[in-house]
Amino acid sequence: MELSVSLYRYNPEQDKFPYMKNYKVKKPEKDIMVLDLLNMLKEDDVTISYRRSCREGVCGSDGMNINGKNGLACITPLSEVLKGNKLELRPLPGLPVIRDLIVDMTQFYEQYEKIKPFLQSDSEPPEQERLQSPQDRDKLDGLYECILCACCSTSCPSFWWNPDKFVGPAALLQAYRFLADTRDTKKQERLEELGDPFSVYRCHGIMNCVNVCPKGLNPNKAIGEIKSMLLTGTKEDKIKVVGLE
Amino acid sequence: MNKVINISKKNNIKEFDALIIGGGGSGMRTSLELAKSGLNTAVISKVFPTRSHTVSAQGGITCAIQSADPNDDWRWHMYDTVKGSDYIGDQDAIEYMCSEGPKAVYELEHMGLPFSRFENGRIYQRPFGGQSKDFGKGGQAARTCAAADRTGHALLHTLYQNNVKEGTNFLNEWFAVDLVKNSKNEITGVIAFSIESGEVCYLKAQATVLATGGAGRIYASTTNALINTGDGLGMTLRAGFPAQDMEMWQFHPTGIHGAGSLVTEGCRGEGGYLINADGERFMERYAPNAKDLAGRDVVARSMVMEILEGRGCGPEKDHVYLKLDHLGADVLNSKLPGICELSKTFAHVDPIKEPIPVVPTCHYMMGGTPTNIHGQAFSRNDGNDFMVSGLFSVGEAACVSVHGANRLGGNSLLDLVVFGRAAGKHINEELKSGGGVENASNEDIELAMSRLNKLNESESGYEVADVKKQLQTCMQNYFGVFRRGEFMEKGVKELEEIREKSENLYLKDKSIAFNTNRVEALELQNLLEVAEATAISAMMRDESRGAHARDDFPERDDENWLCHSLYDPVEKKLGKRDVNFVPKEVEAFPPKMRSY
Repeated sequence: MELSVSLYRYNPEQDKFPYMKNYKVKKPEKDIMVLDLLNMLKEDDVTISYRRSCREGVCGSDGMNINGKNGLACITPLSEVLKGNKLELRPLPGLPVIRDLIVDMTQFYEQYEKIKPFLQSDSEPPEQERLQSPQDRDKLDGLYECILCACCSTSCPSFWWNPDKFVGPAALLQAYRFLADTRDTKKQERLEELGDPFSVYRCHGIMNCVNVCPKGLNPNKAIGEIKSMLLTGTKEDKIKVVGLE
Repeated sequence: MNKVINISKKNNIKEFDALIIGGGGSGMRTSLELAKSGLNTAVISKVFPTRSHTVSAQGGITCAIQSADPNDDWRWHMYDTVKGSDYIGDQDAIEYMCSEGPKAVYELEHMGLPFSRFENGRIYQRPFGGQSKDFGKGGQAARTCAAADRTGHALLHTLYQNNVKEGTNFLNEWFAVDLVKNSKNEITGVIAFSIESGEVCYLKAQATVLATGGAGRIYASTTNALINTGDGLGMTLRAGFPAQDMEMWQFHPTGIHGAGSLVTEGCRGEGGYLINADGERFMERYAPNAKDLAGRDVVARSMVMEILEGRGCGPEKDHVYLKLDHLGADVLNSKLPGICELSKTFAHVDPIKEPIPVVPTCHYMMGGTPTNIHGQAFSRNDGNDFMVSGLFSVGEAACVSVHGANRLGGNSLLDLVVFGRAAGKHINEELKSGGGVENASNEDIELAMSRLNKLNESESGYEVADVKKQLQTCMQNYFGVFRRGEFMEKGVKELEEIREKSENLYLKDKSIAFNTNRVEALELQNLLEVAEATAISAMMRDESRGAHARDDFPERDDENWLCHSLYDPVEKKLGKRDVNFVPKEVEAFPPKMRSY
């Protein structure tokens, strides 16, 4: 049995336009991951370019569009994605392509930095750790696990339209990770920066982010939480309604 | 790609006070310290920093913060680490790590690391292998601070976030090729290129810190990321500097059979255990007290013994099982969620219902560039140590040495933050008090560019993928969990041939932008340097100690080998170096029989 792999190819030094190139490979006997298949192809054609590092779904290097859906090549088994022995691999949509499956992630990282992704506290740190109850710590579950693979943001139509302005699901998930952290004391300031028309309100609940997240996270829910904090504030901080002018 | 960099023309030169090669835990802890100090600091990383291998660390960071046990003592942690190292860890360095550890861990918490918590709000700690109370007399300790089973991810992201906060300068997706060494044998920076644009630069610095991590990819089967190719060590060995304890490679007991992915020791810490084909909990026979939480070297060897004696599991009887189902879904989902995920993906097994097939898998390089506790690298001249001006190393790339012949679980993350922090502090003091190095000449730079230029000009030669496979197979066959002189001699011979090929690679793809063929070729040459150092060191150490287990020399030989090995890459010979037995505050722990 043969697999037909259609690969997005683009080398800026040689190609005026990107094109799809077909590769025929013998279907492996056991179920392998998409990344394993790419590695096999690269042994024969060393010019094929893609990022990869941990090969176990925790570093976020190999996000790509696999038969139409964003995912991590290293934890996507062929059996889950093959359509009649056909596989189409494209770079993550919506970002400039550097070469083949490698996209320029600058805008994605800039949005991440914009939300101030670090703990901010007014109080001097104690001699030991800051205390946090297990229940408060549980609020960070489903948030801190993000691996910045960009599968979500590059599947989001709002991000495609305004990658320079819309924070996007990945960075908003992290914005909420710090809003939800009981140790962070800059909730008011954080919310004020999220209240403009582009930061949170550009999310229209399309839910592609939830559908593709390889870690099973739910940016849409986090965005909802931020919106509700913007409307009602949080009890402890008495946050005013902002951003609805 | 530019082939020449001319100092007087000043193009393609970027100048910094401190340059850190590697954006993993140790590199970013160093850079954080330096960025806060106001020095002009840059981190160069061949991947975006959060893609570094620290992200894969699972179980935790071991440190006596007295959370699980208010009477815990860093001296007990020190005792365990010395014993774990099979007595060739430097006791001054181990003392420093264990006593400074709590400060370094609290700092991480203050930076925002989302540690798991106990009911009283303090950091959650779990039992790990080789841990004891009261200097081995008080039973199992619980000393490993954890963020579920994603501690490395939480730590790496926290460090990146705080570097963003402090405005650290990152050169992401840049690859360091070779060290630039001036006529006084000082290190003045590196030759590196942007993987995306192909621009080749001389990155000049007063302090160059190698934080390039391990090199587990010298083996065919490893828990390590594909990027763990020993790039820093490759550079120092090519520059003629020695490497210490390179025969000491840790095989983690629980890599997923077939895939190599790590399954944390925290699984056994939470109450999981290993069983053979008969369903027997065999570790009770090998380590009656600590059982499944004996040192990793002990557990890995016991597993291989079970397999060799025909009690392995599966159709090929080539692995054993890690049983977790008795812990229940609640514990597994809250304490080990990442393991459940990995196990389903790579072993097609849900640990809530079935055991995970596991096998000892190459995991960690205890050896590396020898340094003192400030991260300063040193070399040897006529049997005397001397500091290499301008050169530092931290983390897995370095051998400070706190792990000796066998690292304890949870001590690698501690090593990263304690010594990254220490190196940052030292470099700050040194540079601010006028320290630094002299300039390099155009000839020095040309020499450091020669490897890259040769590869770029290659018109024929060997294929990268082929040579890499040969190297990995050779190391896997002859330098695994158990070793024997005659096989290792064969391995060393094979490596000579592989070196010949590795020095004559054919770079098929000559394009500039994001040429991963080029990066992989350069990485392979680094792997070769590390593999050769490993092979020769392993062949020469004729005893068994820690992770280095020889069939033909099964006993530990303190008379001849209670010392570090020091591999000289120029002569390809093995020397010896004294182990430090003079800690500052406590009395040294003398060598004794190591049993669990």
